[in-house]
This record gives sequence, structure tokens and C-alpha cells, in this order.
Amino acid sequence: MDELKLEATIENLPEVTEFVTASLEERDCSMKVVMQMELVIEEIFVNVASYAYAPETGMVTVQKSFDEEPRALNLAFIDSGKPYNPLEHKDPDTSLGVDEREVGGLGIFLIKKNVDEINYERKDGQNILSIKKFF
Amino acid sequence: MEITKELNGTTLTLIISGRLDASNAQELTSTLNSSLDGVKDLIFDFTNLKYVASAGLRALLMAQKRMNKQGSMKICHVDETVMEVLEMTGFADLMTIEP
Repeated sequence: MDELKLEATIENLPEVTEFVTASLEERDCSMKVVMQMELVIEEIFVNVASYAYAPETGMVTVQKSFDEEPRALNLAFIDSGKPYNPLEHKDPDTSLGVDEREVGGLGIFLIKKNVDEINYERKDGQNILSIKKFF
Repeated sequence: MEITKELNGTTLTLIISGRLDASNAQELTSTLNSSLDGVKDLIFDFTNLKYVASAGLRALLMAQKRMNKQGSMKICHVDETVMEVLEMTGFADLMTIEP
């Protein structure tokens, strides 16, 4: 397992994305999966950067590991911020018209749509959001 | 991300290229807020837009809500990856998208 620990600020997003996509590309993963993971990483990381420690900032740890047969990427985002379970967020109703559609809730919805498994755990004062993506 | 504005009478075309994400969606929102007065038809040209995340979708939704009140909005030349995100979120049904 590899680990990246850095400050949870939007400016650090490219570093997290690179940490993950570089190893996907090494494994000849399809561009489609790489793009899906970019989106998932952005949505998770921006959430942590925007809310976990607001108005302060804090650290986030990203853990990555790979499974073989079937090949899968496992990621965990760990922060020590306010307890927050994004999976409790109600999915946006994608059948509503423009005026009824709400502006929020899209991020977590996009995460769920693009991963195969997702789990949230609050442990030892930490939020742990983990995902699995087969590729 | 780069935004190129072309105003032709009351038709505003915004050519968005690159990536529309959390780091720059606010820039699009500001451009929209300062450019839409008097505009009846808003056209987004996504030929060179390669990536959109939820922050970008929020900016598009706000634009659509406003244009419903004052005219029309359409999105043209959508890249395959961007189209998948628009479809996944139901935005493809909500907005006028032309090939």
C-alpha cells in the first residue's frame, strides 16, 4: 500500500490525481477508467478540502493499493475533520426539471456512479471514505 | 480552462476549452454573471472541453436557470467523456445539447 499525506486544499488536487492516475496508467488501465477516477478523486478531495476542517485547514491521507484478478484499485481518504458521512446524502432526483433541480449533491452522486464499492467509517476521530474500482 | 466570448447581437457564444473543475468553475460563474445582461441566446461550444466535474455542472445549471427566464441556452459539440457525465447526472435531458 502506498500513502500520500498532504494538506487538504484545492491547490493540492493535481498532486493527488497524479498519485493515483500515474499508477493506473502504468497498469495499462483504459483512458475511460482513468477519467472516471479523476472525477471521483476530485469530488472526494474537494469535499474534504471544502468542509472537513472549515474554516481552518488540515491534513488528509490518501492510501492506494491494487488487487490482482480481478484487477482493482482501492483508495481510502482519511481526514480528522468534522464527522461527515457523504453516503447519507440523498441522491439528486435526476428526473426533475431545471427549476426544481438543486445545485448541490452532484459530487457525491458522481462518486457513487463511477466506483464499484464505497464505504464510510468514522474511527478514532477520523473520517475514512474508501472506494473500490475494477478495471 | 479558457473561455472565449463571442457576442453577435443578442447571441452569446462561450467557447470553453480545457477542464472545467473545482479550481476554475467560479471563473465561469463570474463570466456568466457579468455577460448575460441582454443576452437572449446563450451557446456553449464544448469542442475543446475535455473534462467536467460537479463544480462545472453547478455553473451550467445556474446558467440554464437564468436563461430559462430570459431566452434559451444550448450546448454544442460535446466530447464523449463530458457527454457521459452530462448523461449520468440527467443534465443531458435537462439541457439542449446539439452534436
